[in-house]
Amino acid sequence: MDFSFTPEHEELRQTVRRFLEKESTEQIVRKLMETESGYDPKTWARMASELSLVGLAVPEQFGGAGYGPVELAIVFEEMGRVLFCGPYLSTAVLAAGAFMHAAEAAPRAKLLGEIAAGRAIATLALAEASGRWDLESIAMRARRDGARWRLEGVKDYVLDGNLAGIVLVAARADDGLALFLVEGGAAGFERNPLPALDLTRKLARLSFANTPAERISGAGDCAPALERVIGQAIAMLAAEQAGGAQRCLEMSVEYAKTRLQFGRPIGSFQAIKHKCADLLVETEFARSAAYNAAFCAAGGDDAELAQAAHIAKSYCSEAYFHAAADNIQIHGGMGFTWEHPAHLYFKRARASSVIFGDPVAHRLKLAAALGA
Amino acid sequence: MAERQITEADLRARVRKLLDEAHPDRVDQFTFRGKQYDLGLAWVHFPEGFGGLGLSPAMQAIVADEIARNAKTLYDDMAINPIGIGMGAPTVLTHGTEWMKTTLLRRIFTGEDTWCQLFSEPGAGSDVAGLATRAVREGDYFTVNGQKVWTSLAHVSRWGMLLARSDPDAPKHLGMSYFLLDMHSPGVEVRPLHQITGEAEFNEVFLTDVKIPADRIMGKQGEGWKVAITTLMNERTAIGGAAARRGGGSIGILLEMWKERQPGRFAADCETVMRDRIARLYIESELLRLTNQRARAARKAGNPGPEGSVAKLAQAEMNKRIWECAMDVLGADSMVYEAGYARRRPSLQSRTTHLAMAKYQFLRARANSIEGGTSEVMRNILGERVLGLPGEPRGDKDVPWKSIPRSA
Repeated sequence: MDFSFTPEHEELRQTVRRFLEKESTEQIVRKLMETESGYDPKTWARMASELSLVGLAVPEQFGGAGYGPVELAIVFEEMGRVLFCGPYLSTAVLAAGAFMHAAEAAPRAKLLGEIAAGRAIATLALAEASGRWDLESIAMRARRDGARWRLEGVKDYVLDGNLAGIVLVAARADDGLALFLVEGGAAGFERNPLPALDLTRKLARLSFANTPAERISGAGDCAPALERVIGQAIAMLAAEQAGGAQRCLEMSVEYAKTRLQFGRPIGSFQAIKHKCADLLVETEFARSAAYNAAFCAAGGDDAELAQAAHIAKSYCSEAYFHAAADNIQIHGGMGFTWEHPAHLYFKRARASSVIFGDPVAHRLKLAAALGA
Repeated sequence: MAERQITEADLRARVRKLLDEAHPDRVDQFTFRGKQYDLGLAWVHFPEGFGGLGLSPAMQAIVADEIARNAKTLYDDMAINPIGIGMGAPTVLTHGTEWMKTTLLRRIFTGEDTWCQLFSEPGAGSDVAGLATRAVREGDYFTVNGQKVWTSLAHVSRWGMLLARSDPDAPKHLGMSYFLLDMHSPGVEVRPLHQITGEAEFNEVFLTDVKIPADRIMGKQGEGWKVAITTLMNERTAIGGAAARRGGGSIGILLEMWKERQPGRFAADCETVMRDRIARLYIESELLRLTNQRARAARKAGNPGPEGSVAKLAQAEMNKRIWECAMDVLGADSMVYEAGYARRRPSLQSRTTHLAMAKYQFLRARANSIEGGTSEVMRNILGERVLGLPGEPRGDKDVPWKSIPRSA
């Protein structure tokens, strides 16, 4: 695999970075994280129209920009650096991906464009009370009711589930796993925002009591398609984690150069310097893992993507957590305060390490894939 | 040299001319490689007349490729004369006298003269610039006394690159001179240095009243450190075990050993723990390979980044853990060392099975984080040169070398 980013990729990175430097400052992040919706609709609209970021990986025929996972990963890496607050992972990756890979033509034609245009926030509800993201653990049943379907049960830890206008739900039908669309005001549909450890990403518990739903996946099991969607989402989350880890390392190094104790910069002490060097190794490895997953997602081989996703999710989760934890340690007492942003990264790192499965789960799946 | 464009096609044609005149499948090593040198195909980035054509170093790959397409006998520089070709030749080219360049370079390349490097000492490891071997000028000669250590190939070398202290009153970096040492000189004694495995990959070299003609100095007297930097810049730390392809190298052997384990060797819960460890090592191994790939892509694009600097540290630490894990796969059997600790030169024949390989590598890999820069020094380099963190206060700068405290 050739990990070459083109000059156009670099340009995209710079454009996104400049935009986020203005629209996702620490001050803005702190303001948005205290709101219930957790995002700024004006910024979201600009991201959709001016920068075409929301539909970046959506085909042009549906009003998207027609790019793919590699470009999307660049955006995520930049968003991770600044803890961007908004329903990007849920809408632009999970829901858009579900429409592209797991939905039939009619619902796709009807709704994918709405997402790309920034008119609809959307999400995909996968996990349940077990908190596992593997598809085998999905127990929720869907019952046929004439031309429609009825859903019964609870979906947990749903990203942006409190605000999504389009809610896609994975549930078991008679012919296997299927994908359902639930409308916001549907009968028996209840949303409960969860008080999140990571304030910068909103979570909700969604309950369905005999709730009417429209089946959007075709006949038969849609698990393979959903695996691909999850693999791509992991690649994007891994890029976000790599960006966050990189930013934590930069904060640590900047501080270690200027903070004086015992008459010299703390970065001149090997205890701090070596911590930073180890973080550098992990951060570079995390980038390799995330880029590899993004290139595999673009490559279209599902088995390759699955393996790259296990590697990326496992490694980037731990690398980000180490970087965020050491960033607090290197900043000393200052790093423990509410006022300093270190805790925001620490919480983001912790929460994102479990979304789509924790490192141990992915390592054991990788071992199985290797025949070990 | 007149400016002139040599295209890939020209270069390939030149290689075919070489093969017409001396084909490696038909003539011996010295004849073939001598001819390769004479045609400027030894190291194409060297000047004409010294085994090169003044081209970019990247074009050497074209030469290798064309030879490989047309011959079965392929020579590996790293097997023939790793230190001479890798480090000696660039140092001679940059700092050597005309005599050295015209006489030695060709014989380095052909492999007629093996070279070794005499830098490290028992009292100068990571801090090689603190070395204590003394070189005292007496007329047209220097008289050298001291001890060198970890000297690969000294027992078969004709020439040694010797760094010695010629002025103990100068600050440490300014008081050294760099010599070309005839390893057959009286007073040079090479003893095998047996390591943790019992084998001796390396040597100790004792220098007792060794006379070196003053014109065998490289660079100027007192400027040996500058010359040594050239040598060290060309050092290739090749730690075994890097996976060139996915799942290759050390991790490939570990995986196979795991799959070959005795049924019932582990309880079910222990198997899960081992699986997690092995997957973790597989991931790191794969990410090291991918990071090296990124580094190559970045170099090719002309903007090398930090991805290239992390490999040595990461690989050394990872390799140790892979073999530790392999010993855990072997379990109680890891207490048995079939190869024994016979004091001898290394022999690959003793490591043909996974079992023997794992037990040997478990011991040998300890050196990975010491040789070619300890992991602690590598972390300093990453911290200071890549991340830009300040250095530590030092007590050995701008003071005479002789007043710096030294280990007994």
